[in-house]
Amino acid sequence: MKKYDHLTRNAAGRIVPGEINGEKHIPYKGVGKHIPDGRKFAPRIYSCADYPPDGNKLVPDLKEALIRAGIRDGMTISTHHHFRDGDLIANQVFDAAHELGIKSLRWFPSASFPCHQHVIKYLEDGTIHHIEGSMNGALGRFCSEGRMQGMGVLRSHGGRYQSVQDGEVRIDIAVIAAPTADPFGNANGVEGPAACGLLGFALADSQYADRVIVVTDNLVPFPCIPWQIHGNYVDFVVKVDQVGIPEKIVSGTTQITRSPDRLYIAELTARFCDEAGIIRDGFSYQAGAGGTALSIGNYFRDILRKRGWKARFIRAGSNKYPVEMLEEGLVDYILDGQTFDLEGVRSMRENPNHVNTSPFTSYNYHGKGNFATMVDVVILGATEVDLQFNGNVVTHSDGYLLHGIGGWQNCLFSRCTILPIPLFRDRIPVIRDKVTTLCGPGELIDVIVTERGIAINPLRTDLIEKMNGSGLPVKTIDQLKDEAEKICGKPSSPELDDELVAVVKWVDGTVLDAIRKVPV
Amino acid sequence: MEKKASAGNRGEGVRSDCHITCEIREVGGIELKLQSRVNALFGEDIRNQVNAILDFYGVRHARIEVEDTGALPFVIAARMEAVLRTLTGSDREYLPAMLPENRFETERDRFRFSRLYLPGNTPRLMINAGIHKPHGIILDLEDAVAADRKYEARFVVRNALRQLNFYGAERMVRINQVPAGLEDIEYVAPHYVNLILIPKCESALQLRMVNDAIEEIRRKREVPCRIWLMPIIESALGVLKAHEIASAADNVVAIAIGLEDYTADLGTRRSQEGMESFMARSMVVNAARAAGIQAIDSVFSDISDMEALKQNIKVSKSLGFDGMGCIHPRQIKVIHENYAPDAAEIEKAMKITDAFIKATQQGLGVVSLGSKMIDPPVVKRAQRTINLAVSLGLLPENWQEQMIAQTESKQ
Repeated sequence: MKKYDHLTRNAAGRIVPGEINGEKHIPYKGVGKHIPDGRKFAPRIYSCADYPPDGNKLVPDLKEALIRAGIRDGMTISTHHHFRDGDLIANQVFDAAHELGIKSLRWFPSASFPCHQHVIKYLEDGTIHHIEGSMNGALGRFCSEGRMQGMGVLRSHGGRYQSVQDGEVRIDIAVIAAPTADPFGNANGVEGPAACGLLGFALADSQYADRVIVVTDNLVPFPCIPWQIHGNYVDFVVKVDQVGIPEKIVSGTTQITRSPDRLYIAELTARFCDEAGIIRDGFSYQAGAGGTALSIGNYFRDILRKRGWKARFIRAGSNKYPVEMLEEGLVDYILDGQTFDLEGVRSMRENPNHVNTSPFTSYNYHGKGNFATMVDVVILGATEVDLQFNGNVVTHSDGYLLHGIGGWQNCLFSRCTILPIPLFRDRIPVIRDKVTTLCGPGELIDVIVTERGIAINPLRTDLIEKMNGSGLPVKTIDQLKDEAEKICGKPSSPELDDELVAVVKWVDGTVLDAIRKVPV
Repeated sequence: MEKKASAGNRGEGVRSDCHITCEIREVGGIELKLQSRVNALFGEDIRNQVNAILDFYGVRHARIEVEDTGALPFVIAARMEAVLRTLTGSDREYLPAMLPENRFETERDRFRFSRLYLPGNTPRLMINAGIHKPHGIILDLEDAVAADRKYEARFVVRNALRQLNFYGAERMVRINQVPAGLEDIEYVAPHYVNLILIPKCESALQLRMVNDAIEEIRRKREVPCRIWLMPIIESALGVLKAHEIASAADNVVAIAIGLEDYTADLGTRRSQEGMESFMARSMVVNAARAAGIQAIDSVFSDISDMEALKQNIKVSKSLGFDGMGCIHPRQIKVIHENYAPDAAEIEKAMKITDAFIKATQQGLGVVSLGSKMIDPPVVKRAQRTINLAVSLGLLPENWQEQMIAQTESKQ
């Protein structure tokens, strides 16, 4: 099987394969242009006659569960990333597969972390054929250097749900590590030593996989309440000593930045939102867990407090900052996709207004709407932006694949998308002629806020008008690019191989761009 | 002459800098080993730059190792120059282009609420300093630079003066203590430095020595702009000589106090209340006013406590200081807000100034507000507050018309 074939130029002008890892894929057609047809993928019909009537689905260990789930060569195995860098289970799945002599698996994680570089040896020995999911750090390097047997496929959180729902990725075995579960398979993320808040990223896996294994270190008698994952989807339950390392589970950046430059960018972003009239009584926003985004949230909080206003909801990545706002009455709801610290976990456990969400409710493009489009303003990052406002979040300017897409693409559909980013990092300018990898079409990116000025997408004439007389340093994106190059010099283009190593999917399942091999 | 030399910073946490080691040899041509974080985008650029500078100093045979963490070109040039001048004994300057926007002279009595210290050998902190809009930035060659790095820091500071845009901040350099610091002047005076800070000042003579050095360079290199001086008082003797120092030359525009060294000299320690330095601070303010220049307070070193900084400024302002140093950009906003006149001060000043203008229009010799007579110094202070408020954007320029309109609408 060829890694990829049938190269074509898609609607964004990028050369992408029409066949990837032996499967057909549709090239990107434009925002909202691909109209799906047919019906959703349906899992098999099961009979409760095949499951123990006492509800006890316990099996002795993970390997046994994999064998009973029918693991064999070429299968697709999925895991979730709610334990982030503290995950102990995904590696054990492939240890077991390796011991069983299984080959050519497709690993389909909702994201991978540095702790997963353990599986590099299984990529090398053929236990795993390729990864479809984010690849960070060492795994990203491995893929970038063309060492993976198959093509990497990167999807957004919403795109992952869409791909499972549409039957584009058929999960053979889903392994769902859970902080708490009962023997029937009901599970949640709010209780237990490895509490991570919720299990939303595993929702699609539980609904659509052929076989579902729940692994927990905190087994409680039926019923496990709340049941964020329904036992009715689950085949086997495994009790282990430990599913995750708590201090690494809550490893997201949970401190506001101390960097004066980033604080300045955050303040400028908040002022922009205020001048644009985005911040008002009843507004909504998404601010991620990065240091800059957190401090923007704090500026929003100060403005709400000062004017006696209240936000309707915060879309999160939650941690103590939005939790404080919820408890202070500055926001009605937190709609949470993942919790980044113990305060977030506690709040989700105790406060019914701290709601657990999944990529189905928040991001899925092939549904009857999703709430990402209803958010007034989202604050996102990027490794690069180009003169057409296209954004890149997965590769660095040297071509290396180092980050996942996360919910980034899905969030672009908000009413206003702002990227607060430094104009250059060390010597590397963030605004390029053309992004190395296209992850987000420029028509969806509204504003770039840098320490040396704010560029507004010319499509947003409304925002440009609102900035008249605001005193904010509004410039064109070309001006910002020139300013950076005056300081840094004009960067040359890195020489990348013609060979492709991974693709970036768009939220509708089409292929937006391909990532090239970095010559070593 | 040395055979091997190095300059620059490396190691954990170092960014936007480069470390260069060079060994000159007899034969073998140029052997350049480059390790760069930005190699994919700027590797070729860096090689070209290094080769051009080697060529400039006539070095044909050398082994050179560059460890780069994303240094801007002006930093690479500074590191190369430091190394090659040490090795060749040359005193030729390798000057990067002077930014046209850096060729400006500052006003004698411009605002100097805040001036941000930037260590002279740490380019990373200089690059974005201007975006925080301090009234001044200080490229520090003195205490913030280790003794064995003083030489290489001069090139970084000089190149920063030429190549970095500080977005309108007054560009200051703190030289080393006189007489050692006199040599620093050569590296900064020809490059449009606006103001030189002279640390540990104890006599008018030191200022005259600095000015002689400046004048000689200005003549020799045809420097068109004036260079202001700000002596820093940091000892018991300095405090006693404050007026002599403040009035030593007509380009002294401000006098500052440095309390860390001063309290050490007294044999005491800085306290929260500052009782131990009350006399010294007052002496400096007094000397400044007697000489008709600005008085600048010491830095506040707890960068995490903004409330304490605010309290400190309130005291400072009430003692008569016009501004203070800062060591972190986060302090700038607090400093500006608190040295600026507050709403009550502005309102009172508006009433007094208004009454004064009306009295003058009516040809009255005496200004009065209600039943109270107002003395000329009070009027003068009120006018100063108004000017300050207008230039800080706290008050519109046509504030008087607005005041009239408001009174009329009330009637």
